[in-house]
Amino acid sequence: MSEGRPRKSPTDLPESKAPTRPGGIGARVPKVDAAGKADGSGLYADDLSFPRMLYAKILRSPHAHARVLKVDVAKALNHPGVIDALVGAELPERYGVIPWTQDENALAVDTVRFIGDAVACVAALDERTADEALRLIEVQYEPLPALLSVDESREHPEIKIHERNKSGNISKHVELEFGPVDAEMASSAAISDAIYHYAGSTHAPIEPHCAVARVDGDGNLTVWSSTQIPHYVHRELSRVLGLPPARIRVIQPLLGGAFGGKSDPFALEFCVAKLALKTGRPVKILYTREEVFYSHRGRHPMRMHVRVGLDKEGLIRAVDNKIDIDGGAYSSFGLVTAYYAGQLLTGPYRFGTYRFDSTRWFTNKPPCGPKRGHGSVQPRFAFECALDEAAEKLGIDPVEVRRRNFIGEEVLTINGQRIGSNGFLKCLELVEEASDWRARHGKLPAGRGLGVAGSMYISGTAYPIYPNEMPQSGVLVKLDRSGRVAVYSGASDIGQGVNTLLAQICAEELGCDPRDVTVVAADTDLTPVDLGAYSSRVTFMCGLAAKEACEALGKKLREAAASKLAVLPGDVRAELGTLSSSSEPHKNISFAEACRLAEAAAGVPLAATGGYRTKKLGGDYRGGTIGASPAYSFTAHVAEVEVDEETGIWKVTKIWAAHDCGRALNPTLVEGQIEGSVYMGAAEAQMEDMVYDRRGLLYGPSLLDYPIPTSLDTPLIDALMVESNEPGGPYGAKEAGEGPLHAAIPAIANAIHDACGIRLRELPFTPARVLAALQARDQRNQIAAVSPQRTA
Amino acid sequence: MQKVAITLVVNGEQAQVSVAPQATLLEALRYGLALTGSKQGCDKGDCGACTVLAQAEGSDERQPILACITLAQDAQGLRLTTIEGLSGPAGLDAVQRAFAECGALQCGFCQPGMMLSARALLDETPKPTLPQIQLALSGNLCRCTGYTKIYEAVQVAAGMREPSSRLPVPSERAPAEQADQQQKVREIAP
Repeated sequence: MSEGRPRKSPTDLPESKAPTRPGGIGARVPKVDAAGKADGSGLYADDLSFPRMLYAKILRSPHAHARVLKVDVAKALNHPGVIDALVGAELPERYGVIPWTQDENALAVDTVRFIGDAVACVAALDERTADEALRLIEVQYEPLPALLSVDESREHPEIKIHERNKSGNISKHVELEFGPVDAEMASSAAISDAIYHYAGSTHAPIEPHCAVARVDGDGNLTVWSSTQIPHYVHRELSRVLGLPPARIRVIQPLLGGAFGGKSDPFALEFCVAKLALKTGRPVKILYTREEVFYSHRGRHPMRMHVRVGLDKEGLIRAVDNKIDIDGGAYSSFGLVTAYYAGQLLTGPYRFGTYRFDSTRWFTNKPPCGPKRGHGSVQPRFAFECALDEAAEKLGIDPVEVRRRNFIGEEVLTINGQRIGSNGFLKCLELVEEASDWRARHGKLPAGRGLGVAGSMYISGTAYPIYPNEMPQSGVLVKLDRSGRVAVYSGASDIGQGVNTLLAQICAEELGCDPRDVTVVAADTDLTPVDLGAYSSRVTFMCGLAAKEACEALGKKLREAAASKLAVLPGDVRAELGTLSSSSEPHKNISFAEACRLAEAAAGVPLAATGGYRTKKLGGDYRGGTIGASPAYSFTAHVAEVEVDEETGIWKVTKIWAAHDCGRALNPTLVEGQIEGSVYMGAAEAQMEDMVYDRRGLLYGPSLLDYPIPTSLDTPLIDALMVESNEPGGPYGAKEAGEGPLHAAIPAIANAIHDACGIRLRELPFTPARVLAALQARDQRNQIAAVSPQRTA
Repeated sequence: MQKVAITLVVNGEQAQVSVAPQATLLEALRYGLALTGSKQGCDKGDCGACTVLAQAEGSDERQPILACITLAQDAQGLRLTTIEGLSGPAGLDAVQRAFAECGALQCGFCQPGMMLSARALLDETPKPTLPQIQLALSGNLCRCTGYTKIYEAVQVAAGMREPSSRLPVPSERAPAEQADQQQKVREIAP
């Protein structure tokens, strides 16, 4: 039996409800932008081109920390083909995505803080000329000592990376304790106590950042940018350029991947805008792959001292986590990171008591920020490994200990987060069955193993980044007499498919064919504001806004159809472009005719708006709203690994990932999000690591030297969708794009332990680290074999 | 800047392009011919987003090549197929249709190259095994999909399977929690 294969095939799984109507909620509708992406006609930022367009390039710092004494662009300006140049003094206003920690300049004003920090910019007739001109810019630096680790930053408060910062090199410190942790820990039956290191990793979207700016004859500025936060870019452009926001339009074209790496304003957006204003010509900047690595905002390296105490039944009595976060040179979302590192750990298990002490430090390296699973992937790895280890001491099965600690539904977590629906137990059950856990865990031949882990994540946050009472997301829906539906939404489709969900919501509520919907998205002149694609907020918040708008219009259409068909409005069924009587289906009219009738009845064009209004959520203490979400998703993974004990080379052969997404609005898209998340998590366990030399230079900022998995490196992934029906979500939906990443890493670590009895606490699990752990294990075993204190 | 005139045969059409001597094929396609379907992800041959198909004179095989590390001048004499040339008057190629239908396109940026590599595979191996698919696509990096739906799409394009139709699994509602929990949270809040 120990050699048994997993017995569950996808078709053996129990069945759920089918889509409510063709093209509507729950249907596998192809993405609305799929054809344009398939035939190459879809336009991304770098595909845009305008007459007289200039190409600009940014000069970057060769020093990790230095004062900039002088920047001279005179020679560059004399180079044939160069049109203009830009230095930091021309854009002195600081910016940053969080209003309280704005510490970045588009181009260095007086200090550079990492190798790759932006210093100056030139615009030329073509890219090659701009590149040549960069070499003609003369910069005088006064090098300063560089702080390249958390320890160096702590030990040298006198070397301040940000002179205005009040507390040395601390970017943010948070300490919260819920209940008497020390007392509960002391009386625990089993304690796991260890230090974990999480390596930094980066998003590496295949599309490099790109922005194009153009100024029209009236002085209005338009910026097309590969951003996932058009609204914040709009606000920051206005502040930095000193232009009224009503004079600025930000448009997000098709976006070639983001994962959090495009959720800050970046130097290129300010540079193209300023240069377009200065020259009167369109200006484009396309980052090189190397510049994408320096722009970073990736996963924070964290050192975590985790203690988990269980009682003899395996219930979690106390969790204590001391976290040091390596933030890099700027704040970015760091204030949130420091909170998320603690606030998002308190499910899917009930904690008896909990304390975290989280400090984010500035260092002279590219700034870290929000990468898929922002702030919570690292502590989740440490905690799930620690839980496994403590349960092992008590002889409790890893799946069973997770089941026993299940927090439940409609409950408050220990830090005051309101959990609504919670399908975690079903997730555990599915991966347990699919992997044939009971027959295979602990029983596979040496070198092969299974590991399990769980996790939880937010569906948006109550915290709107800048305090305001306006909706977090707005949608406008307009009906045309032709039967064409236009949806205007500020939300950013970054590949996750929100534009498709908007078309599906129209099909569900209005009864149109989803192919008859035009989605106008992420254009600050045309679309209502949505705050951006981050914190897994878009499906939830934009979905509710769209539903609200569509419901109002759907009612009008059904009333118009009922009047024409001489039936009651409640009898009208609207589906795929036809409105018919449910009781007498031969009575029907087309969707377009219903639009015309409803417009005639209303006497005004048919349009409606909907919004998502931030609810008051979270614990009643300082920081209690950070991490407070209207709904939480849950995930369980089982990973299977094979370890070669001779070489330390290992691979993940398969990952079963079950994710509670509330309601799968489009199962194809949900599966895609689970699969992509699992891939990205496994990659962090396998190979990804931002490594710097002793001067702060990033090793190999390329997709060859910073390897990301190819098809040959990626495990087989079995994505299992669990529906729990979230009461507050759109049609019961919750997030699916970030949660399923978390559990992959600890599930792999726990599987490696099952395979060969080693606990890996430092990412990534390189063969060298595996081999070192195996040698340490063998030494321990050797000593135990000759110890006088033999146990029976 | 000095330029040279070259002749390229792209998607069955002969075109004259004026390029810098050191221009890459990718630059000639994107900037010279406005064929922006071929993408630049790294500009050094690592990611595969710029993949196009090339057929040498006298050969009946279309091979994937990396346009960002091919000199535009060296591509003269090759019959090139870009993503714009994969579909014809009859509409999308089976590979493109399958990628769209299976959800293999998320952000879509790597996919022009990916779909062309998949087309080259299916031209040579109409019913590929999973390891054959994995090997054939291993030079095209995708950051969104975990490759899973890409394999599915290639198999669908090859007529080997139908797109996934698996249904989600419902979670039964767990029993409601004790009412005193809210009070407890208030008591221990910091």
